[in-house]
Amino acid sequence: MCIYLITKAGERIKRYLFIFIPSGALLYQSGIINRRLMKLSNILSRRNRILLRELVITDFKLRYQGSVLGYLWSLLKPLMLFAILYIVFVQFFKLGKAIEHYPVYLLLGIVMWTFFTEATAQGMSAIVARGDLIRKINFPKYIIVVSGTISALINLLLNLIIVFVFLIINGVDIHWSLLLLPINIAELYIFSLAIAFLLSAMFVKFRDVSHIWEVVLQGAFYATPILYPVGLVVAASPVIAKVLMLNPVAQIIQDARYNVVTHQAVTVNSLIDNPFIAAIPYVLVILSIILASWYFKKSQKYFAENV
Amino acid sequence: MSDEQPAVIVKDLYKTFKLPHEQHSGIKQLIVNFTKRKKGYELQHVLNDISFEIKKGEFFGIVGRNGSGKSTLLKLIAGIYVPDKGLVQVNGSLTPFIELGVGFNPELTGRENIFMNGAMLGFSHKEMELMYDDIVDFAELPKFMDQKLKNYSSGMQVRLAFSIAIRAQSDILLLDEVLAVGDAMFQKKCYEYFKQLKNNKQTVIFVSHDTNALLEYCDRGILIEKGSIVYEGKINKVVNRYIGILNKQEAHTTTDAQVIESSGSGRAKITSIEAVPAHAGDTIALYTEEQTEVLIKMKVEANEDIKQPIYGLTIYDASGQRIFAGNNLWARREFPTLKKGKSVEINWQIPNVFATGTFSLSPGLAASGGSEVLDGIENAAIFKVSKRQLSSAYTNLNFRMDIKND
Repeated sequence: MCIYLITKAGERIKRYLFIFIPSGALLYQSGIINRRLMKLSNILSRRNRILLRELVITDFKLRYQGSVLGYLWSLLKPLMLFAILYIVFVQFFKLGKAIEHYPVYLLLGIVMWTFFTEATAQGMSAIVARGDLIRKINFPKYIIVVSGTISALINLLLNLIIVFVFLIINGVDIHWSLLLLPINIAELYIFSLAIAFLLSAMFVKFRDVSHIWEVVLQGAFYATPILYPVGLVVAASPVIAKVLMLNPVAQIIQDARYNVVTHQAVTVNSLIDNPFIAAIPYVLVILSIILASWYFKKSQKYFAENV
Repeated sequence: MSDEQPAVIVKDLYKTFKLPHEQHSGIKQLIVNFTKRKKGYELQHVLNDISFEIKKGEFFGIVGRNGSGKSTLLKLIAGIYVPDKGLVQVNGSLTPFIELGVGFNPELTGRENIFMNGAMLGFSHKEMELMYDDIVDFAELPKFMDQKLKNYSSGMQVRLAFSIAIRAQSDILLLDEVLAVGDAMFQKKCYEYFKQLKNNKQTVIFVSHDTNALLEYCDRGILIEKGSIVYEGKINKVVNRYIGILNKQEAHTTTDAQVIESSGSGRAKITSIEAVPAHAGDTIALYTEEQTEVLIKMKVEANEDIKQPIYGLTIYDASGQRIFAGNNLWARREFPTLKKGKSVEINWQIPNVFATGTFSLSPGLAASGGSEVLDGIENAAIFKVSKRQLSSAYTNLNFRMDIKND
């Protein structure tokens, strides 16, 4: 059994390598990463690290100021959402009967989705919210967006602790594939950051973006297999299921569920045989971060004037 | 060799802003504009072809009226704005103080705000901890550090911000109207800090309206008017021109016929005017309480014979208020005919009733009972007055007070 799991995990690692290494090599060749690496020392310069740290601390302090439970809210909120969804969809509509440890499966999905909405929403409004700083001192603007997403990331890590408590309570078998969770988190963070960069730069010019994004998130919540098992969609229409799984967030959440909770979770690799099509979500993540960095860099020059 | 390199080089700088017609920025407006094929904005040329250099160790003044573009220039130097055309090269680290207390958050305590603001200046948490006590003591706020900033008075906030700001260690400091805030005590602290900066040969770029502070601390400067450099040079000349612009603005708003136009018939002209310095060798005439009179020397040259010439002088303060206006006609004195080809020197002795400040001289020359203006120069020279005795009026008169017991 153990050997089976290791080989399974090995296969998955190979999958990741298959996707990431060629695209990485391609980027390196094209010089994009090369130039990025040159700038890495600048990005992580002392002054920028100091600023980032203080911004994150301030964000965190201000978030729950004046509330009695304070930081506990960042844990309570997803738990409450989980309770509602669990009662409505699992107890009432009897979803997910076919999947073992469905409550934990659901909780992990909700926690990751909450991170995605928080990081993108906070990242989006970050530049406008910190307009006073941008108009008065010159510093790399991406720090503001990153600081907005980092406080969401801290929340995610706290929430994952709760997920692990539930894992143990539910008696889930811990697989070696659990070690792959950081890769899933990293991919989710990169994708969220890309969206945050894109939206924050657009938000400076068009305030409509926040309303649009709110609606998009609502729709995406149902278009992403968070509440319902993917198997349900496959049963209805395999094509629609495949299309849904090309969404990077769906791919990431399903991979994380596969790695952490149950190998019954349907992943993009198990659903789609063609490796090139199955690679689409990963490629989308890489493309989005490149596009977002380029757009953000292009428009940040004029933040001070427009904000 | 490296000392020869200027601290800041600004070359052929242009900046234009897009001013939107509608306040609402949104996709709807974008679509409306696109379909109507009109631009949703108007171009405003804020800076045109600005070039200058600031040497290392120089206290450099940027002077100009509101809306002249000086704040935009400051933001371009600070890297906050990006130029449309041209170059801004800063050699060394630069800390801008567009405003005191950048990043201050009213919901955080004084202590937390110190660390936040310190991070803006590039200080780590540890470095700020070392300076923390000094900052709090200097701001005289030790009892308030655990209170939220929103409970501070505005004076307390400024004190705290200033105490942090003076810790900044950069090759170049950029100060924008910092003196415009705070009470007299705070201003005194500010001036002491400036003196210290000047003594330390710190490179400072100072933007201000305060002609006294400019004259006191700056070595050189530029005067900006309508987005262009009107004058670059020694600070007293810059301030002189600045006061000139202010007075011209004043002249446009007054209907008084006595305002001298800087044009003449050419029959005679004023060749020079100056306020005589109280101490020989002073570059700028400064009068204190020791001098009971302000001495002004004016030279006039005639191209033709001028009968019954009238020599006039108007003195304006920095805000454009007319403090003195006099001529020999009003003084009921008749001077001899100005002979063709001759020049004369007129000495004015005006009681030193002036309040502390900077004043500009506008001499005039007329004939035929004042109906023919021969020459007039606006703001041809300046002098300064600095008195220990305070006054909030346009003048500062010597007076005596007695007290008697009943």
